[in-house]
Amino acid sequence: MKTQTANKTEVAEKTQRISGSEAIVRSLMAEGVDILYGYPGGAIMPVYDELYKFQDKIHHVLTRHEQGAAHAAQGYARISGKVGVAMATSGPGATNLITGIADAQIDSTPLVCITGQVFSHLLGSDAFQETDIVGISTPVTKWNCQVTKAEDIPAALAKAFYIAKSGRPGPVLVDITKDAQVSELDFKYEKCTGVRSYYPIPKTSQESISAAAELINNAKKPMIVWGQGVILGQAEEELKTVIEKAGIPSAWTILGASALPTTHPLNIGMVGMHGNYAPNKLTNECDVLIAIGMRFDDRVTGKLDTYAKQAKIIHFDIDPAEIDKNVKTDVAVLGDSKESLTMLADALNENSHESWLQEFKDLYAIEFEKVIKGDLHPTKEGLTMGEVLKQINIESKGNAAIVSDVGQHQMIACRYADFNVSKSNITSGGLGTMGFALPAAIGAKMAAPEREVVAIIGDGGYQMNIQELGTIFQQKTAVKIVVLNNEFLGMVRQWQQLFFDKRYASTEMTNPNFVAIAEGYYIKARKVTKRDELEEAVKEMMASKESYFLEVCVEKEDNVFPMIPAGASVSDVRLS
Amino acid sequence: MSEDIKTFTISVYTENNIGLLNRISAIFQRRHINIESLTTSQSEIDGVNRFVIVVNITETNAIKIVKQIEKQVETIRAYYHTDEETIFMESGMFKIKSDLLFDEPQIQNIIKESYARIVTVNKEFFVLEKSGRRNEIESLRRDLNVFGIMQFVRSGRIAVTKDEMKVTEMLTAFNNQ
Repeated sequence: MKTQTANKTEVAEKTQRISGSEAIVRSLMAEGVDILYGYPGGAIMPVYDELYKFQDKIHHVLTRHEQGAAHAAQGYARISGKVGVAMATSGPGATNLITGIADAQIDSTPLVCITGQVFSHLLGSDAFQETDIVGISTPVTKWNCQVTKAEDIPAALAKAFYIAKSGRPGPVLVDITKDAQVSELDFKYEKCTGVRSYYPIPKTSQESISAAAELINNAKKPMIVWGQGVILGQAEEELKTVIEKAGIPSAWTILGASALPTTHPLNIGMVGMHGNYAPNKLTNECDVLIAIGMRFDDRVTGKLDTYAKQAKIIHFDIDPAEIDKNVKTDVAVLGDSKESLTMLADALNENSHESWLQEFKDLYAIEFEKVIKGDLHPTKEGLTMGEVLKQINIESKGNAAIVSDVGQHQMIACRYADFNVSKSNITSGGLGTMGFALPAAIGAKMAAPEREVVAIIGDGGYQMNIQELGTIFQQKTAVKIVVLNNEFLGMVRQWQQLFFDKRYASTEMTNPNFVAIAEGYYIKARKVTKRDELEEAVKEMMASKESYFLEVCVEKEDNVFPMIPAGASVSDVRLS
Repeated sequence: MSEDIKTFTISVYTENNIGLLNRISAIFQRRHINIESLTTSQSEIDGVNRFVIVVNITETNAIKIVKQIEKQVETIRAYYHTDEETIFMESGMFKIKSDLLFDEPQIQNIIKESYARIVTVNKEFFVLEKSGRRNEIESLRRDLNVFGIMQFVRSGRIAVTKDEMKVTEMLTAFNNQ
C-alpha cells in the first residue's frame, strides 16, 4: 500500500546512528554547503562542536554580529545563485538575524538560517535566551519551522533547502531545540524534491505567450522593464535574445542591473526614483510595457494612478501573487523566466524601433548635459561620488561585482557602475538596509574569490556594521571597501533640503578616523580628499591582492538626480 | 469610482502545521483587514485542515488576499466566495436560568418557534443551541435578552461551497507524480 507522504524525497546514503547536531552538519554537507556564516552561543554549541570536527569539509565564518552573518550569507547567495547559510544561537542571536532575513525575503534571496533553541521542555517558560523566533520570523520568511526531535532534523533541513531555492527564492528559518541537537537519530539524508502543498513554478501557457507576442509584434513603442527575476531564473541570454530579436529598448530595476551588459545598445538604463530620465519619462509614452521578473515596487512606479496608463501591460512573473498586485496587467505570463522568455523569443517577429530608440537617446542627451556630466566630469572643487565610480569602472573594466549599501552612494553606484557580468550588482533593494554592504561583500568575495568585489558604502551605513572589518581581517577576505564620506546621512539630508526646508535634523555626522580604524584591523587604508589623488588611489586599491580600505571625502551637500519625488508620476522626473 | 465592499468567505485548505494560523492571519493584519470570523477544522481530506475566514472587503482585495494565502508553502489551495455561492451557518449557545422556563411560559414558545435545541437542563440553568444564519441567532438573542441570558456565545461562520473544490484531485496528482 502506498502511504501518503507530504514531501517527495530522493534517497541518499544508508543509515548511521549520530547526534542531532552531527546530523545538522552532515545535512549541510549533503546540500553542498561549503561555507556558512554565524556566531556561537549556548543553545547552538553542540552544532559548533560538530563544525569543529568537520572544519576541513565545511568552513564556518565567525562574523562579529549575527546581522553580519545574515548579510554575508545574502552576499554569498546573490553572487553565486546558491543558498546562503547563516547560523545563530537562540534569543538575541536569532533576533539579530531578522534584519537580514527580512532583507532576503523582500529581495527574494535564498537563505537557510539555522537557530539554536532552548531545550524543548523549557519552551514557553521564559528560559534564558528563549525567544519565539518562529513567531518573530514568520512574516519575513518564505517558510520556517521548529524541530524538537533529533529524528526530524534531516527532513526539516532538506525541506528548508528545497523551499529556499525553488520557485521564487526566499529565506527559511529552522529553529532546533538543544535536546534535538544532543539526542541521537538514525541518520539518512534524503533530498527534498517536492512538497505537496507548494507549486514553485507555474506552467507557462502557450496562450499567454501568443497573446504577449501579438501585442509586442504590433507595438510601435514597446519597452521592457526587467528585474531580478531574469537573474534568479538564469535567463540573461534569453532576455538578450528577446530584446535583440524584437529591437526593444530595455530598462532595468535596481535588482535587475547587470543581467544585460551596461554597454548593450538597447540597454536604456535604470527605472525608478533615481533612475535614468529617458526610461522613466517614456514609461508614460510607450504603447506596450513588458515587465519581466519585476514587481512594480513603488520606488519604480511612482504614483500608480499615472503609471503607464496609455500602455498595454504584459507581466512575466514566477509568482502569481505579483500579477495585478500593483499594476493591472493586460497579459500575464506565469512561469520560470528562462522557459517563458525562450517561448516568447520563438513567437516574436524580428523588428527594430529606431525612431522610438532615438527618443531615449535624445532624453539621455538632456540627462547627460544636466546631470551626468557634472557627476562624472565635475569642474567644481569638491569630489563627486560619480567620479569615484567612473574611476572604479576604468580600473575594473566593468568586470567587478559592486556591493552597495543604501542611500545616495547606492543610487550613484547603480547609475554609473559598468557591468559586463550578471549577478554583479549586489545591493539591498526592497528593504533598504543600511549596514548591508560590508558583510554582503564578505559573502560575495568568499563565494566568488576569483572576482573583484568592491563595496561602495556611505559613511552612515558603514558604521552600522563596521565591526565586520574584524571578519575581513580574520578571514583575509580580499574585499575592496570604498567609503564615500560626505559627513551626512546624505539621502535623508537631500530630502530634508528638498522637502523639509533644509532642517537637517540628525543627519550630520561627526565621523571618526576611518583610516585609523581600518588600520586597527591591519587593513591597508588610504584617504583621498583631492581630485588629483583619486586616480592613483583607486589604481592602488584595485591592484591590491588583499583587502583595502579607501575613504573618499566627497562634496558634503551634493544631491542625486534625476529624482521622482515620492508620490509623483514617473513622467514628472526632475533633473534638478 | 470606488469598488463595493462585500462579505466574502475565504476557504483555505492547508497542511496541518503549527504556525500556519499565524502566517495566514498576518496576511490580513498587514493589510489592516479585520477578520469577522475565523474557523479552522479538519476538512473532508485526512490530514488536511480547512480555514473558513469571513471578511468584508472589495473583490479586488479578496483576489489579492487569496493569492497571498496560496503563496504560503503549506497552503494547498485557497478560494473566495460570495454569500450566494456558499451554504453557511453559525451556531449560538445560550445559558439561561432554569426558573425562567416555569416563571416565563413565553420562553417555551420562543424556543419552539426558533427551532432552538435544548442541550442540557439542570436545576439551576439550561443551555440552548441554535444553528443558522446570523440574523436568526441574533433574533433569538434579542427575544431571550428580555428575560436575561446568563451566558451567550456565537461561533464563527462555517461554510461549504455550492461549487466543487478539486483539492483531492490536486493531492492525488501530487502523490502520483
